[in-house]
Amino acid sequence: MTTVLQREGQDGVTKNLVHPKPISGAQMLVEALRQENVEYIFGYPGGAVLPIYDALYECGIRHILPRHEQGAIHAAEGYARVTGRTGVVIGTSGPGATNLVTGLADAMMDSLPLVVITGQVGTQVLGTDAFQEASIVGITMPVTKHNYQVRNVADLPQVIKEAFHIANSGRPGPVLIDIPKDITQTEGLFDYSQPVKIPGYQPTVVPNRLQIRKVASAIRAAKRPVILAGAGVLHAKANEELLRLVNQTQIPLAHTLLGLGGLPGSHPLFLGMAGMHGTVAANTALYEADLLINIGARFDDRVTGNLAHFAKQAIVVHIDIDPAEIGKNVPTDIPVVGDAGEALRMLLAENLVVTEAADWRESLDKLKQDYPLWYVDTPDELKPQKLIELISEVTKGEAIVVTDVGQHQMWAAQFYGFDRPHRFVTSGGLGTMGFGLPAAIGAQLGRMDSTVIALLGDGGFQMTLQELALLVEYRLPVKVVIVNNGSLGMVRQWQELFFGKRYSESLLRSGPDFIKLAEAYGIRGHRVHSYEEAKDVLSREVQYDGPVLIDCRVTPEENVYPMVPTGKGLHEMVGVKP
Amino acid sequence: MNRVFAVTVNNHSGVLNRITGLFLRRGFNIQSITVGATETDGISRMTIVLNVDDERDTEQVVKQLHKQIDVLKVQDITEAPIVARELVLIRVNSPLTTRSELTTLIGPFRASIIDVSRDSVTIQAVGSPEKVEALIFLLQPYGIKELARTGVTAVLRANDAAELSRSSRNYVLSI
Ligand SMILES: Cc1ncc(C[n+]2csc(CCOP(=O)(O)OP(=O)(O)O)c2C)c(N)n1
Ligand SMILES: [Mg+2]
Repeated sequence: MTTVLQREGQDGVTKNLVHPKPISGAQMLVEALRQENVEYIFGYPGGAVLPIYDALYECGIRHILPRHEQGAIHAAEGYARVTGRTGVVIGTSGPGATNLVTGLADAMMDSLPLVVITGQVGTQVLGTDAFQEASIVGITMPVTKHNYQVRNVADLPQVIKEAFHIANSGRPGPVLIDIPKDITQTEGLFDYSQPVKIPGYQPTVVPNRLQIRKVASAIRAAKRPVILAGAGVLHAKANEELLRLVNQTQIPLAHTLLGLGGLPGSHPLFLGMAGMHGTVAANTALYEADLLINIGARFDDRVTGNLAHFAKQAIVVHIDIDPAEIGKNVPTDIPVVGDAGEALRMLLAENLVVTEAADWRESLDKLKQDYPLWYVDTPDELKPQKLIELISEVTKGEAIVVTDVGQHQMWAAQFYGFDRPHRFVTSGGLGTMGFGLPAAIGAQLGRMDSTVIALLGDGGFQMTLQELALLVEYRLPVKVVIVNNGSLGMVRQWQELFFGKRYSESLLRSGPDFIKLAEAYGIRGHRVHSYEEAKDVLSREVQYDGPVLIDCRVTPEENVYPMVPTGKGLHEMVGVKP
Repeated sequence: MNRVFAVTVNNHSGVLNRITGLFLRRGFNIQSITVGATETDGISRMTIVLNVDDERDTEQVVKQLHKQIDVLKVQDITEAPIVARELVLIRVNSPLTTRSELTTLIGPFRASIIDVSRDSVTIQAVGSPEKVEALIFLLQPYGIKELARTGVTAVLRANDAAELSRSSRNYVLSI
């Protein structure tokens, strides 16, 4: 007879690690999700997952039903981003699975932990172009950290266990499990007691001490040091350590887009965001530094600009949990493989002191004062940048801000002023329009006690707006703020600057009345045209405990500045404050 | 330049696809790839010859391969003392008049004739890629009707095997 191993779950309920009797594959899945303390499943049913949905019925795990599978996976990403926990997604075979591909690519780029379950046609018809068959394992190989197809029900528990382990360890990422329908209906013994052993997957978490010593000596010798911190710091929950290192050494710091909130935005040594729409101070620091310490960022081309001009005088330190990122884009002098938190703690133990770079700090501080982020305020218009400042003011800088992709995204990054980590949710690496609304839903589910602002462009909103239904259905008090410039603003900006103002297909000339649309979904809506109106509506509505949509008619021709044009170095910015 | 990588992988379905897909999207240029079972059950070995530009690309190849969860071990064995062999089958025109000449010609290559018809013979040879190239070159004047090469497969020379596997592991850990 099988012994029944038990363990205590988060909710105090004891769970069976081994079932005494055979259960179906579908029941195994539900049981495994319970073992993993899954709070929410973001999913959409269909033929191939009917047995799974039957097992989910009244199973106690909350299921969120979006209106499109893309909504499910972006919601899971938003949830994962704010909680650090693994987002769980279920989709049916064929079209259900292919609808998840954009979200997988997005999560892969931005290192978000997801476990994605797809249904598949039965093993007896696999490979015959059966109804709703798509080779999702083949399709998603390039956009998953790993993927599986389960051909034997006995393997299912261990595969799920491995998937959760892989998704949320090392450099996090999405893992897909494809389960043929008959496997979900076949019975087998459920055993979740085996440890995960994956010989080909052993991420280095603790860095090599010698390498840390080298970093410490480089810091001691530096005259113009700068830190570039990315999302790796947030994944490692190491913002406190980062703050201590900055305070201890007085090294100025720039963030990547996804790193924002690591060091408080109001810290005197915070130079701002680096890269294409970064600040003069941050980009100049990266350009002129003699020591560049990259912590948990991957030297994306949007950050570095033209590599021929990037950090040419600097000794480059790169701390990353993924060795393949080191040296990929930028030649690295001191590589450090490991978790950002571990590396920072080891660095703090080196008893570093204030770097002898007072002149450097002073010159960067002067750049920060002389060339702040800027815009020209016109009294009778609603300037998008000023709208973001207003949102920051009425939410005391403490909201979770979830954006879509485009100009409004950059303005949010520039003007909100993130003082705390895990407050900025945005699609960085893939730049996925349509991400914002569903990600805001996931973020709100993960943080029911926080104010969540979905800051969306009028273009991107219309890619996934059907998810408005969820705000009412699940009583999510998300504040949907549409930065409405009547155009695909970022595209329009590039056409203005680089294509002789030939606005080819970038103007949204007609569209639905967003207020009526909101009302059709049972959400109240407001339209604002001026700063005063916006202030009045926003300060009232952030207090409201339900969902609301605010259509903000901003200056249509506003551009995002400053800017490093493509192909240029970080020192060649245009649109700098005169 | 061509570099030779020995890659140990789980013999799961789709592994070859993972590896070639990786090369495709990272823009690595495959010259040849061979796969086969090893002394351990469930573990396969690939010998991959890639055309890479420099040290940095080589490092990326190693690291990207290593990142694959089904990849257990990656070694760049280009500069290591290795035994590298390839098999070639060549069907060549051979009327009866030239047949003894052909036999003499392939002798030094330790190649053999494994199939014969009225006007052609099929030659089998095993050797280093250079040797195979040389044989093909010599046979060309006779008229090659069909040719199939397996691509290189390689192992380390006995004395050095332990030494290199230690140093190659260090390579991965020290970065
Ligand atoms: C799915 C997808 N398609 C196309 C793009 C290219 N793109 C980047 S920004 C942008 C315009 C976005 O317009 P909108 O949502 O109104 O935001 P705005 O720039 O006006 O703030 C487009 C089309 C993209 N990022 N994602
Ligand atoms: Mg717009």
